[in-house]
Amino acid sequence: MSNVLPNLKYSKEHEWIEVIGDNKVRIGITDYAQHSLGDIVFVELPGVGDLAEADESMGTVESVKAVSDVYSPVSGEVLEVNEALEDDPEIVNNDPYGEGWMAIIALSDPSQLDGLLTAEQYEALIQEEE
Amino acid sequence: MSSLKQTPLFPVYKEHGAKTIDFGGWDLPVQFSSIMEEHHAVRGKAGLFDVSHMGEVEVKGPDALAFVQRISTNDASKLVPYKAQYGIMCYPDGGTVDDLLVYKYADDHYLLVINASNIEKDVKWMEEHLSGDVTLKNISEDVAELAIQGPLSASILQKLTETDLSQIKYFHFMPNVNLDGINALVSRSGYTGEDGFELYVKPEDGPSLWKKIIETGGDDVVPCGLGARDTLRFEARMPLYGQEISQSISPVEAGLTFAIKLDKGDFIGRDALKEQKEHGAPRKLVGLEMVGRGIARSHYPVYVGEEKIGEVTTGTQSPTLKKNIALALVTTEFGNLGQEVDVEIRNKRVKAKVVATPFYKREKK
Repeated sequence: MSNVLPNLKYSKEHEWIEVIGDNKVRIGITDYAQHSLGDIVFVELPGVGDLAEADESMGTVESVKAVSDVYSPVSGEVLEVNEALEDDPEIVNNDPYGEGWMAIIALSDPSQLDGLLTAEQYEALIQEEE
Repeated sequence: MSSLKQTPLFPVYKEHGAKTIDFGGWDLPVQFSSIMEEHHAVRGKAGLFDVSHMGEVEVKGPDALAFVQRISTNDASKLVPYKAQYGIMCYPDGGTVDDLLVYKYADDHYLLVINASNIEKDVKWMEEHLSGDVTLKNISEDVAELAIQGPLSASILQKLTETDLSQIKYFHFMPNVNLDGINALVSRSGYTGEDGFELYVKPEDGPSLWKKIIETGGDDVVPCGLGARDTLRFEARMPLYGQEISQSISPVEAGLTFAIKLDKGDFIGRDALKEQKEHGAPRKLVGLEMVGRGIARSHYPVYVGEEKIGEVTTGTQSPTLKKNIALALVTTEFGNLGQEVDVEIRNKRVKAKVVATPFYKREKK
């Protein structure tokens, strides 16, 4: 059973979003997502300063078997990326909500947060998919 | 949507909680624990696979050998009873119908093992090329097949039988082996690059043989899915139909010339293959190692400068070597070792170079 943390917001594409300050969010992929992908062997992150667009690909995670896009759940400038994942992509499997974070984004439209899923809604979504 | 076919082992891997996918119309496990763990288990100890989806065709009659010789590129006349041989079925233009394993029981009795997704096509092809006194029987539904692969395979399997398995040499087989009460055809062969056995049994015996092997092997044997089967065969440079070989890729292009015997007499595709073997095929299957960051995947285009020279057939991060490697079918003139190429990964060109294959070869004892 996949872990869903109560204090985060979620996207339908299996990203988690943590509000970490004024109009700033940290983004990663969920436990369900890392588990579905299996052993992650490659992570491609956006560049710092890139403009992420909501619902568009901002990077990829690859397992032995498959390639998956990471869709940005919000729009805004990429402030930081987790470069540690480039050398140790398996961190995403081991700690998806912690050390496995992917990017910090400055929201250009904070109202986009309202369209995201709550933990309960996300839990219902993955139960449907399981 | 048509419903997916299931092998007799389906309830067993559901018990293990394996994740299944649609593989050419079959509902098969992609992994039990993790592709990586399963892969390492096969290289280091042993893995158990359900490969019951594979097709089996019985060929019987006085003209059985002539028939096999006509459809397979390899020379089945060299087989002695209880020996197996890898071969390829070709179209007249040299394209590939399928690859197959030919088991010889006797001059008038062979068993052909073919790919699951090709069963219907292959049987039709065989029937169209029948001549003389031969009968074909598609017995795919009447056979379950398990593969135990890895360096500890022989010692695990030996515990289930009084038959001395060391008598069965590589690419030989023995029918009617008693595996703890289950009658099996035991073949020393596989699709992983390791020592191992392929076990053919009655469908109803499949689940109990699986359980016996898992119980006997204990921690030394790990249930494995299609994901690990693919990475294992890829490192050992064994072709997968639809990727390295297909209707539009000849076995000469795929580098399978060891299984093409032009001097054995006529067979389907001989003229085209002879031409390619003697004068060079336009394309060549090569190994690539990524120099830049990125993983090459099936169908990614390969360039030299602005010229597209081919595409990737299979690519991943090799679990054994921890390198991002690929097989690619490229224009022959760019297929030499050390050749620098670019692989296009999501609209970006990433550097790679042509390297030797197989990527992995087990140490022979």
